[in-house]
This record gives sequence, C-alpha cells and structure tokens, in this order.
Amino acid sequence: MRGWVGFGVVAALLLAAPAEAAPRTHVIVMEKMKFQSVPASVRRGDTILWENRDMFRHTATAKNGAFNVDLAPGAKGKTIIQKSGALAFVCKYHPGMRGVLKVSQ
Amino acid sequence: MGMGLAVPGTSSKRRHPIGRDINREDQMTARIALMTAAALLVGSPTLAKSGPTDAEIAHIAYTAGNIDVDAAKLALAKSKNATVREFAQTMVRDHEAVNDKALALVKKLKVTPQSNATSEALMKQAKETKQRLSSLKGAAFDRAYAANEVAYHDTVNGALKTVLIPSADNGELKSLLETGLTLFGEHQKHAEQLAAGLKS
Repeated sequence: MRGWVGFGVVAALLLAAPAEAAPRTHVIVMEKMKFQSVPASVRRGDTILWENRDMFRHTATAKNGAFNVDLAPGAKGKTIIQKSGALAFVCKYHPGMRGVLKVSQ
Repeated sequence: MGMGLAVPGTSSKRRHPIGRDINREDQMTARIALMTAAALLVGSPTLAKSGPTDAEIAHIAYTAGNIDVDAAKLALAKSKNATVREFAQTMVRDHEAVNDKALALVKKLKVTPQSNATSEALMKQAKETKQRLSSLKGAAFDRAYAANEVAYHDTVNGALKTVLIPSADNGELKSLLETGLTLFGEHQKHAEQLAAGLKS
C-alpha cells in the first residue's frame, strides 16, 4: 500500500513538472572546407559535437570568444552552449568556413 | 565576404606612398610568370589531345603543392607579419596534408609519378619566383608573397578545373584532386583577403 502511495506521488510529480526540454546534441560536420549541417536552432544548454571529416586541421572559433575547438583531421570535439543569441563562428585557419548558431532561451 | 573577420593587420593605418602600385606590379609579375605554366597546362599539344596520364597528373599536383609549401617556408623565414605567418603556416599544413595523401595513393595504385613539361614549367617558374621574393624585405616581401599566392592559386585552380580533374582516369585520384580544388579555392580567397589587408 505504502509502495503504491509512493509511486503515485512520483507519478504526480512527473506529470505536474513543467515540460522542460532535455538538452540536445547537434552534430556539425566539417567537410569539404565547410561547416555542414549547422542546426536551424539551438537551445541554451545544448551540446554541439564538432566532427572534422576533412584531411585538414580545422577550428570552430566563436567570434565572441565563447569557444575555440581546434581539431586535427578526423578528430571530434564538444561545446556546451551557455548563452542565448546569435553566435557567429569561423575556422581560424580557413576564414571562408563560417556559420552562425541561433541560440534560444 | 570577409568583412566580418578579425584579420590582424587589416586595420593597420600604415600607408606606403606607392604601396598600391607595388602591389599591382607584384601581381602583374606573378601573373605573367604563371601564364607560361598555365599555357603549358591548357595549351600543350601533347596534353590537349588525350590529356595528361594519371602518372603525370599525380606529378603535376604533387609539384604544385610542394611549390606552395616552399613559398610558405620562405615566408616563414623572412616575414615578421603575424597575419602573413599564420597564412603561410596554414599553407604548409594543408598542402603537406594533401601531398601525404597523394603519396599514399600513388603507392597504393602502384603508379610512379612522372615528370612532364607542365611540372617542369611549374618548377622553373617557382625558382624564378623564389629568387624574386628572396630579394625583397619587410612589407615589400609580404605584399609580393601575398600577390603571388593569389595568382598562383588562381592558376592551379584553373588547371585543376580544366585539365587535371577532367583528365584523371582513376576515381580516387579524381576525388583527391577535387579535394585539392576545394582547398585551393579556399586558399585563393584567403590569399585575396591577405593581399587586400596588406594594401592599406
């Protein structure tokens, strides 16, 4: 009986909790001298998984200094997005490679 | 295009009294010198008929990459400009990466890269460029190096597009050349940005 009550409380709490979305992981591939598959929208707290599939060293460098991920060919790196707003980034070795993350919340 | 990029040195207010003319002259010299190689690439009667063989293409592509690595090493030995040095470091790293792949590929395909009129012309022209650049110092060197990089990448891009890629038989070689074209295209824009920053 006590077990059922406990279960009921937990279930009620779960149902009543505000629908806070769990952080997501977005993969951005660096390939053919481009940032491929930049997500249309990102939420604060989400993770970006950078994946360098080129044979060249690349970076993902935020123009505002929020992150700087330097990746050897074939390497992967993670960035957790801390602030909302538009976050422009480039590869500091290949300035033609660029993108913008639109971070909400 | 590159307006939003923080390129160190572009905000420099130093102005050479005839900086613009020097730059134009540098670019002109580089372009004229490269035209010989370009003409050989595109207009050679032997190449025009059936195009270069894969062994020749491999030699041309490898030579083209090596020439840029050598030019970058000269820049690293001579230049004190941080932007020029960063650019040169990228050239060394990227072209060595492609050439390492090219070497691995020809080994795998059991192809021996074959010297030919085009790669010889490229080397001859590179030797002349090196002599010209070696005689320059400071900002004059930086500008001439940047101008040459713009012209050189432009020429090699043209050759890749019109001759080397269409003539390549082996799929893996073709694919590596296409990667090379993407790389050279990026480098060309980067070099243009560098040259523009050194003008002012």
